[in-house]
Amino acid sequence: MIRTTLMAAGLALTLLGAASAEQKPILNVYTYDSFVSDWGPGPLVETAFEAICDCDLKFTAAGDGAAVLARVQLEGARSKADVVLGLDTNLTARAAKSGLFAPHGLTPTGLTLPTDWDDPLFVPYDWGYFAFVYDTTRLKRVPRSFEALIAAPEDLKIIIQDPRSSTPGLGLLMWIEAAYGDRAPEIWAGLAPHILTVTPGWSEAYGMFLKGEADLVLSYTTSPSYHIIAEQDVTKAAAVFDEGHYMQIEVAAKLAAAPSPELADLFLDFMLSEAFQSIIPTTNWMYPAVMPKAGLPKGFETPVSPDKALLLSPDEAAAIRNGAVDTWLTALSK
Amino acid sequence: MADRAQQIGLNWASPLAGFLPGFLAAGFLVLLSLGTLAVVAMNADGLGGLGAADLAAVQFTISQALVSAVISVVLAVPVARALARRQFVGRRLLIVLLGAPFILPVIVAVLGLLAVYGRAGILSDLLVWLGFQRLNIYGFSGVVLAHVFFNLPLATRLILQGWQSIPAEHFRLAAQLSMRPRDVMRYLEWPMLRAILPGAFATIFLLCVTSFAVALTLGGGPKATTVEVAIYQAFRFDFNLGKAASLALAQFGICAIAALMAWRLAAPARFGQGLDLRVQRWDCAAAHQIVFDFCILAAVALFLLAPLAMVTVEGALGLPELPAAVLPAIWRSLWVAVGSALLTLALALALAQAVAGLTGRNDRQAGLLEAVGYLSIAASPMVIGTGLFLFLFPLVDPVALALPITALVNAAMALPFALRSLIPAMRDVHQNFGQLADSLGMSGWHRFRLVIWPRIRPAAGFSTGLAAALSMGDLGVVALFADADTATLPLLLYRLMGSYQMAAASAVGLILVALSLALFWGFDRGGRAYAMS
Repeated sequence: MIRTTLMAAGLALTLLGAASAEQKPILNVYTYDSFVSDWGPGPLVETAFEAICDCDLKFTAAGDGAAVLARVQLEGARSKADVVLGLDTNLTARAAKSGLFAPHGLTPTGLTLPTDWDDPLFVPYDWGYFAFVYDTTRLKRVPRSFEALIAAPEDLKIIIQDPRSSTPGLGLLMWIEAAYGDRAPEIWAGLAPHILTVTPGWSEAYGMFLKGEADLVLSYTTSPSYHIIAEQDVTKAAAVFDEGHYMQIEVAAKLAAAPSPELADLFLDFMLSEAFQSIIPTTNWMYPAVMPKAGLPKGFETPVSPDKALLLSPDEAAAIRNGAVDTWLTALSK
Repeated sequence: MADRAQQIGLNWASPLAGFLPGFLAAGFLVLLSLGTLAVVAMNADGLGGLGAADLAAVQFTISQALVSAVISVVLAVPVARALARRQFVGRRLLIVLLGAPFILPVIVAVLGLLAVYGRAGILSDLLVWLGFQRLNIYGFSGVVLAHVFFNLPLATRLILQGWQSIPAEHFRLAAQLSMRPRDVMRYLEWPMLRAILPGAFATIFLLCVTSFAVALTLGGGPKATTVEVAIYQAFRFDFNLGKAASLALAQFGICAIAALMAWRLAAPARFGQGLDLRVQRWDCAAAHQIVFDFCILAAVALFLLAPLAMVTVEGALGLPELPAAVLPAIWRSLWVAVGSALLTLALALALAQAVAGLTGRNDRQAGLLEAVGYLSIAASPMVIGTGLFLFLFPLVDPVALALPITALVNAAMALPFALRSLIPAMRDVHQNFGQLADSLGMSGWHRFRLVIWPRIRPAAGFSTGLAAALSMGDLGVVALFADADTATLPLLLYRLMGSYQMAAASAVGLILVALSLALFWGFDRGGRAYAMS
């Protein structure tokens, strides 16, 4: 009897050993939906990272950046997430306050953002400018500033996203705050008659724009690049505004309770490497945080000069958010 | 008295034992809708306060829901009447197609609506060609338009069932008595409407209260915001679980008041049991009536089917763009849809059996059970999903259970519609055949198989089909749980749109519509296969 038990125990141990030898360590990365889709960077990033890490990279997707943060907040310290990828500077203050994230310990060199970066928790991996996108065959008199947009005939319509449920929507709020400060209520009141509708997310707005419902849609300067490169369609363009353009910087961070902290560190480092950064432009349709050696593909040139980049610090953005949402609500509810 | 005591002691031969599944189902539903709310509130250290913007959301929610429900129900009466009293080639197909908008995924429907009624829609193009202005539906009218588009089919279906519940013998008698249409209306149709309309109105009101994406997309601005949107915002942007829980409670409150009012207004109509003869109508053969009926059918068909046609055309154009990921997504969606439909049927049968059996015996319990069956319509999917997540996360990996949980929640969400058709059917069986079955000593399985099932089978088929179709098209809670490898069709559609793949997304939308309709048609037809004619 004892012998059988011992044998069974030995067998079990052998099996366990075999299993762990075969099973590679897992790195869990939580990110937004479009990152992991077949057209997003996810599949390519997974192959490239697994080639160097001897590990299994697993993506878990949850809606957009705000949903990803809500997800790790729900899971708390018990989360199996090692890395969260896909927050932006409008979310990082709340993320930092949650206490769930650990310092990255990197000193990123060679960043090609149009702004300085010294955040101890969050590492940037790509960035973009918010912009109003239009169809060159339909819109002839393109507004070149918010004031020109306000002064345009009332049948010039724009579609924007709700700042309470969408990243670009919140970006526009910050854009107007950064460009106009105290004049923001006046700008919103002027824009109100031009706003055809406010959608819950980017997809609805962009879909409606492509159907021809509105003249301009709030999106990114890189949206026309998508149409040029992926569809050979040169009829979409971004309206360049004199006030400058608000930036979105997308970041990743390591969880303080990461089950595989070493792999998480390795991943954050890898994120700034040539292999990762060269995947970003034509899959995530954003500008890389570190310019790849080959530069940007044709059709990806940014129409905005770096001195026109607008950005509020994460703390500023967090501090004015509620007030800015109220301003927006008041102006658009009249 | 001794008899009573025995019943309470759960004698398995007693009729009470037959109600046990109903009470179990009710307990499960309470846990799912209110229990999850409690879990969310507990994680937030209690409820959060509501601000002025939240109250404005409550106000808009109620007013748009009232207008949408009134328009849907008022329009549905002549449509249902025309369908009930006219026989023509393609009538069945028309009934199925008219039901399509109700089971469309919201985003597909919105884009379809815009292709017809939008600023760049075909109707606007037509108006410009005729020298008029383009349509601008955005705002209150857009929200109402979308809600009528979604709910007119449901209202029509519910009222049509009412018409079909009037036995053919009554119309024959009316004809023998030379009743004029006015008299038929007064003695047959009005009592039926009086019984059906409050419930139909309440159902649609509740659906419009809990509506999410439509209100925002066609609402024209932040004024058009519903409580469900405010819940979403509290959760996603503020991560304020307490506030989300308070808003969910407010939503329950609004729905409870609406349901109570409907319940008070409804006057039961009893037409007795006929011999299930084919209905023939002698009272409405006048030319102007025929013309009126076909005009209203044509108008409604055009209103509802034009957007559907646009969805079909654009989806067909996008078919070559379909990604390989669509096949596994179809498989998963079918699995979720059929699983949740069968679960809906089981829950609905258990509840309907108990409600019908208790009617007349213990009306308070019957009423309570029925009310619990409708609870999920007032629940916020966001709160249910979050509550389930918080509850399950310490125990299992919620991602591993993404599909079963989605099926479960979708089943609860479809239950109210299943009950709307199953409870009346079950009541009729109990009333008309209960004593006969008792006197023959039929109970348990035999009673169900021989007496109940053949008579509720059409209602059961309809309910299961509706549940399957709704579950197919609903994004549901899968978005909260799913990872890259467990996307259902609606989730895939959203992911495609998020990656600029609009053509492929249209094609997925078309596949969704086609599969939803096929599921609905299959179950509905299966239910009617042996229906006596």
